[in-house]
Amino acid sequence: MSRFTPEMAARAAELVSLYPEPRSALVPLCHLAQEQDGWLTPEAMEEIAELVGVTPAEVRGTASFYDMLHTEPVGRYLVSVCTNIACLLGGAEALLEHAERRLGVRAGGTTADGMFTLEDAECLADCDRTPCVTVNHRYVGGLSAEAFDQLVDDLRAGRRDDEIPPHGTLVRVRRSGGLRVPRDQVASERQAMAAATAARAEAAKAAAEAQGAEGAQGKGA
Amino acid sequence: MAVTDAPRIVTARVGYEDSYTLERYLATGGYEGLRKALSMTPEAVAAEVDAASLLGRGGAGFPAGRKWSMLRKDPVTYLVVNGDESEPATFKDHLLVERDPHQLVEGVLIAAYALQVSQAFIFIRGEFALGLERVTQALNDAYDHGAVGADIFGSGFSVDVVVHPGAGAYICGEETALLESLEGKRGFPRIKPPFFPAAIGLYGQPTVVNNVETMSNLPWIVLHGGKAFAGLGQGRSAGTRLFALSGHVKRPGTYEVEMVKTTFRDLVYAPVYGAGVRGGREVKAFIPGGVSAPWFGPDQLDLPLGQDEVGAAGSMLGSGAITVMDTSTCMVRAAWRIAKFFARESCGQCTPCREGSGWLERVLRRIEQGEGREEDLDLLLDVSDNISPGLQWPPQQTTICVLGPSIPSSIHSGIDMFRDEFLVHVKEGRCPVG
Repeated sequence: MSRFTPEMAARAAELVSLYPEPRSALVPLCHLAQEQDGWLTPEAMEEIAELVGVTPAEVRGTASFYDMLHTEPVGRYLVSVCTNIACLLGGAEALLEHAERRLGVRAGGTTADGMFTLEDAECLADCDRTPCVTVNHRYVGGLSAEAFDQLVDDLRAGRRDDEIPPHGTLVRVRRSGGLRVPRDQVASERQAMAAATAARAEAAKAAAEAQGAEGAQGKGA
Repeated sequence: MAVTDAPRIVTARVGYEDSYTLERYLATGGYEGLRKALSMTPEAVAAEVDAASLLGRGGAGFPAGRKWSMLRKDPVTYLVVNGDESEPATFKDHLLVERDPHQLVEGVLIAAYALQVSQAFIFIRGEFALGLERVTQALNDAYDHGAVGADIFGSGFSVDVVVHPGAGAYICGEETALLESLEGKRGFPRIKPPFFPAAIGLYGQPTVVNNVETMSNLPWIVLHGGKAFAGLGQGRSAGTRLFALSGHVKRPGTYEVEMVKTTFRDLVYAPVYGAGVRGGREVKAFIPGGVSAPWFGPDQLDLPLGQDEVGAAGSMLGSGAITVMDTSTCMVRAAWRIAKFFARESCGQCTPCREGSGWLERVLRRIEQGEGREEDLDLLLDVSDNISPGLQWPPQQTTICVLGPSIPSSIHSGIDMFRDEFLVHVKEGRCPVG
């Protein structure tokens, strides 16, 4: 299950083609692997390494730096409760404690049925609706304890699945078509632009010098 | 209350339900700025941005025009847009990417033309899943509309734009860390010099990195002229700016206000902005520009929202995030939570930041839990001083990037402004606030 499916492999190739250097696609490919498997499996890291021309260790070393890339399985729903300053002022600690009781796991843990992973998150940039909660990186608003319970019930019953895809599916809109400017055109245009820019700069400099000379003459006269 | 009649430059469209669609964008003057820019020389477009005195809206406030002019001599360049908004309590770019993605795309295209780059990257914080979808869709539609790609609008100018997702790391908001991340690596900031992006940026090439809000201002500036923009605000702080207001106010939110002519008090108390403090309480302190900024007290509420004015008063407008803490707030807890954030987000390259942030967090935690020691306040300041010698403003630096010297801001402010409250925690093992 952990190598890219043919469809995912095609999308992976598309991603790599968007960048001047394949390695730039490393993080997007990790997101893609999580979309397929829900987390970043060792097999996926090996395949990504092949695709971008680095070692699997480099993929793991990079992925482990980022909070959103999970090298261990996470629940179907990643519930992130922000406790940073604005949410702290808005009662986030009480909500996180409530969430821990409701789900029966501490922050960082996953429920036994694999449905929920609870996370004590840093600022999620939605600070006018506190305490801020996201599920699989989708904002669900500032939540009271009651609203949190309702959310959990709804998620368990699959009532929010239209709006909240399973963990790993970050972006449901795909870029259509790759790069449109032919690469050799980019190269030749860059040269032409550089020449044109230099010519205009030269002309501007000459004009400024002519004006300067005129100004100096004016002063002298 | 000073609520000026300045036009809304970047939030004109956000009230529409369908503000993010191409249809709405075109119906409200969308891509006209780009068309106009393409009829001008690249230098003339850059000159308008220079004339606008547009200070970068990311946090450092460096003039966008000057950033560009450093590049114009070099042939191969990239434009990278910083949409990695992660400074705690900052949520203005969140609004722009979700509610007006075409405005961002148009700004990027104008900048790409002015800089004559043929590839631009929009780096968007991974947690902005909906924002990533909106910008990707906007870009797809803009390609179909002929605004991006080969020979845009028949102008002969060609450019490709790629949306790049982040993956959750505060440090990637630092521009050289962002470039590392965009190259597929850990987000480790680069040493400057020599790695100023304008000289050695993405893939070692000269690169401009600009913030989402900075880009979003460009369509208006090109359409109305740099002078019209510079006519708003005052001095170096020209135009309007987005402020993300959070904390104990009745109406938290993102507000576009005219710079300098509006004060912190206006923003907190005006009915159209914050509408005052919740529960009728008073302001105890506020953070004027993200958690990297030193705190202000209520006596500084009348300061104007201007970059130089706030700088002279010993803090910064930073990322435009203003967090109000009322009289019910435990300042030790607030300082501890901010220290915890930095301890979690330090990239780990530099010892003062990596080790210092952890020590500060642990010492603050024990004070907050009533287990502090008499010497702990001095210890906090001493560790802070090792990260940022002299604890002055603007801060000194012992680290590769400015994350390090940002750590002491709230701790130094907290002890300076609320020493007695810290001491009650230490001596009596309790919080005097409740």
